[in-house]
Amino acid sequence: MGIDYSERIPNNVDLSGDRRLQRALEKWQPAFLDWWMDMGPEGWQAKDVYLRTAVSVDKGGWANFGYVKMPEYRWGIFLTPQEEGRKVGFGDHADEDAWQTVPGEYRNMLQRIIVTQADTEPASVEQQRYLGATAPSLYDLRNLFQVNVEEGRHLWAMVYLLHGYFGRDGREEAEELLARRAGDVDKPRILDAFNQECPDWLTFFCFTTFTDRDGKYQLGALAESGFDPLARTCRFMLTEEAHHLFVGQTGVERVLRRGVELAKQAPDGDARTLGGIRPATVQKYVNYWFSYSLDLFGSEISSNAADFFASGLKGRWQEMKRYDDHVALEAHVPMTVVENGVLTQQHVPMRNAMNEVLRGEYVSDCESVVEKWNKALEQEGSDFRITLPSTRFHRRQGIYADGHFDLQGNPISEEEWEAKRAGWLPSDEERRYVASLMKAVYEPGKMANWIAPPRRGIDGHTVEFEYVRV
Amino acid sequence: MASQPKVTHVESFQTHPSAYKHWKLSFDGPIATLALDIQEGNGLRPDDYELKQNSYDLGVDIELADAVERIRFEHPEVKTVVLTSAQDRIFCAGANIKMLATSTHGFKVNFCRYTNETRCGIEDASENSGIRFLAACNGTAAGGGYELALAADRILLVDDGSSVVSLPEVPLLGVLPGTGGLTRMVDKRGIRRDISDVFCTKAEGFRSRDAVKYRIIDGSFPRSKWDEGVKKVADEMAATASDRSGPGMVLPEVTRPYRWVEVAHDDDGRVATITIQAPTSAPPTTGQALRAEGAATWSVAAMRELDDALLHLRFMHDTIGLILLKTTGDAAQVIAHEEALDALAGSGDWLAREIQLFQARVLRRVDNTAKSMFAIIEPGSCFAGILFELTLAADRSYMLEDEDGEVTVQVTAASAGRFPMSTGITRLGARFVGTPEAIQAALDTDGPIDAPEAFDLGLVTLAPDDIDWEDEIRIAIEERVSLSPDALTGMEQNLRFVGSENCDSKIFGRLSAWQNWIFQRPNAVGDEGALTLYGHPTRPRFDWRRT
Repeated sequence: MGIDYSERIPNNVDLSGDRRLQRALEKWQPAFLDWWMDMGPEGWQAKDVYLRTAVSVDKGGWANFGYVKMPEYRWGIFLTPQEEGRKVGFGDHADEDAWQTVPGEYRNMLQRIIVTQADTEPASVEQQRYLGATAPSLYDLRNLFQVNVEEGRHLWAMVYLLHGYFGRDGREEAEELLARRAGDVDKPRILDAFNQECPDWLTFFCFTTFTDRDGKYQLGALAESGFDPLARTCRFMLTEEAHHLFVGQTGVERVLRRGVELAKQAPDGDARTLGGIRPATVQKYVNYWFSYSLDLFGSEISSNAADFFASGLKGRWQEMKRYDDHVALEAHVPMTVVENGVLTQQHVPMRNAMNEVLRGEYVSDCESVVEKWNKALEQEGSDFRITLPSTRFHRRQGIYADGHFDLQGNPISEEEWEAKRAGWLPSDEERRYVASLMKAVYEPGKMANWIAPPRRGIDGHTVEFEYVRV
Repeated sequence: MASQPKVTHVESFQTHPSAYKHWKLSFDGPIATLALDIQEGNGLRPDDYELKQNSYDLGVDIELADAVERIRFEHPEVKTVVLTSAQDRIFCAGANIKMLATSTHGFKVNFCRYTNETRCGIEDASENSGIRFLAACNGTAAGGGYELALAADRILLVDDGSSVVSLPEVPLLGVLPGTGGLTRMVDKRGIRRDISDVFCTKAEGFRSRDAVKYRIIDGSFPRSKWDEGVKKVADEMAATASDRSGPGMVLPEVTRPYRWVEVAHDDDGRVATITIQAPTSAPPTTGQALRAEGAATWSVAAMRELDDALLHLRFMHDTIGLILLKTTGDAAQVIAHEEALDALAGSGDWLAREIQLFQARVLRRVDNTAKSMFAIIEPGSCFAGILFELTLAADRSYMLEDEDGEVTVQVTAASAGRFPMSTGITRLGARFVGTPEAIQAALDTDGPIDAPEAFDLGLVTLAPDDIDWEDEIRIAIEERVSLSPDALTGMEQNLRFVGSENCDSKIFGRLSAWQNWIFQRPNAVGDEGALTLYGHPTRPRFDWRRT
């Protein structure tokens, strides 16, 4: 279905046919814009940015490029088309008709899932709002804003579900989404990674690589949902999310390439001498953001995860394509647990291990990203290789949160952890150094010294294209 | 599906702040802070459950009960007690679900009863000792966590956009809030019953805005203003507290064997005998002398021992169905101690009054014990004053009619209202609810009453003579322990709590009866029950028939 742009709120859900919902969303819209003006990209709201806007959910039709002032971006509601006769794919309701309205018995659970996902969308916009002041190029600046407006659109997607299906409660939750603030002591965002600071572009690239990738897997699991409107919403969001991951992955890669290049030029072989970032520093940022993002999947052994699966609300990654047993009551998952400080193996019922199963998919995806980075390092002639730390390293959620582990996941004492953490995670000095490099470059085609240019531009344009009219 | 349910072995009901594992008790002038900081791996059955999310088990509640008693006796300077959490984003998640799911039914009920007594004790400290309690929920208060807050005079919840108060037992576990949550919502706080209905079926609870609106809490502060806000409210509440000047009394550990109480049990015969000995010396008659004797004074020591004995019988001797209550010693000394204490309390000594309040609580612990009780009044016994209350608390009393009339009981002013039952009325009032004139007749007696008179006044159930006595008692015991223990518990609770109900009596009676029933039903504890399957990969399946 095409998107109706004659409406105040672009949509492909026949919003004008549902006056009540339309009124509710039209009431929320100004509050969203106020939030965007308050908490969106600081200082760039009046500028023309070369952005893509979805015009239809069909293949190829979702990316339509042009200059837009961000507050005029056409945020709207886009769902992939309804599949006739779709069934619940897994859990206790497998093969029953998929729900087109919220099943009463799962209302609270479903609302919690949606609110938790929704809360991350505006959070990252808030975390990234000052990055425009230190953009390494107009190309990167444009990518940042593209990510930001799309996170805003994802918020719309979730708010549509809250307004459309959860009544008064849903509307109040939608208001709360605009009231919480990333990192605010009084109204923090729900998940911890979304309260962390994003003070520099290396952090931004790591965040979009690792934290947005969690989003990909969460959306993927929800795209399998037996609650059809959620599944259809998430499917479309996944298409948009892919670009964010691209920004992160290529961003880190460009930092690595440039670091190696500068190290080769430097008389002492240290990239920092010539104002670059050492791959070893990138590794520490990777350690930090990979571990923070692992927390977002929830505890390894979880009754909530079991309930979400049992009730048909949240499946596994590509549940329908990649699994045969969609009831998952018999299977067990081997898991390394900590007992009295010693690692032992335990077999956890599959349903209770759903968070871990999803996390496993995520980790393999991250590994393939790291492979690409390492290929780039190899091409540049560097011996350095990025590695992912163990999933037990530096965790604050789940069954490893209470202990300390080294990069390989071996249990270590608190003293050893304290002694070694500066070698594993970005130190204050390293953060200050990275921050010191963050100077804006707004000349078309020019790049900051610490980052290599991208291989190509956006939408067939060259890297020199004026992606943002400063 | 579930492994064999277990009884938690409780070594001791005695503890001390220096030995607390889960609570941090600190003092700042008139404000005491009790901060919950559960050590996950330090539950009473660490192999079976971890106390996640500041959830509690019996060990945690024993510490709480101890802390409240010590504040009452040892810290007269305290005017407000702030109940809060030392952990991030969570106040308390209530009783540990895994602990409940792996416990025997009997243990669960005993656990609930004990935790209810602790919470009623908090309310008693506020109402009668004038110590104010402020629940400062600096994170989510779920289930028993919110119920703990409900026991306080005022409830604050941090307004951080995510912390909530909730009672998720019905939707999540298929059971009821077990520590008075339902009753306190409607009876104590006067929250509308339809709102309560919504609240108690909404697993994720209410955040501060709605919670304030419906008076589920009293107020909220954002995190940045939290400490300051809590302090301000605590100070305001302190201004309404009673003045309890003068030193208090340190509570040493109650050790076994006891000094004044003897417990003999025959687990095979399912009978225990508790014998309380009268004081052997004259009472302290000044506040100074009372404090010099300290907790060793009979009025405190004997009652603390009785309290401890009851808990041991409840938790560690579940097959014992009948307790024989006996006394021995000089009734005149019992009365002398009682009168001296009453004179001190009358002259405004807060500590003497505190001791009387404690005695009242122990007597209520007797009423609330799910075992049959017979008072046995024989030669050498001293059922006078406070000890006479035990005969009234018992389900039946047997008094030997001896030829010389030396076996006597004695009713004193203590029975006129000093030791109210959970229902708020006296035990004499409960006994003679249909013949109120008999209450006055009993109170009008002066001095020792022999068996025929006691029988005529309705103060004892039976007064067999020498010839019948032994057989009568033997048969009564044998008959009693042959009856269904479940039916007896239900029957006794119905008959003991005569007259109108109040919040406390509903909590013990109505709620525990329903909880008892629901805890036994397949919908909760069957193989497919909600409590059984909580945390398991399978969702519960209910038998939809309403009963």
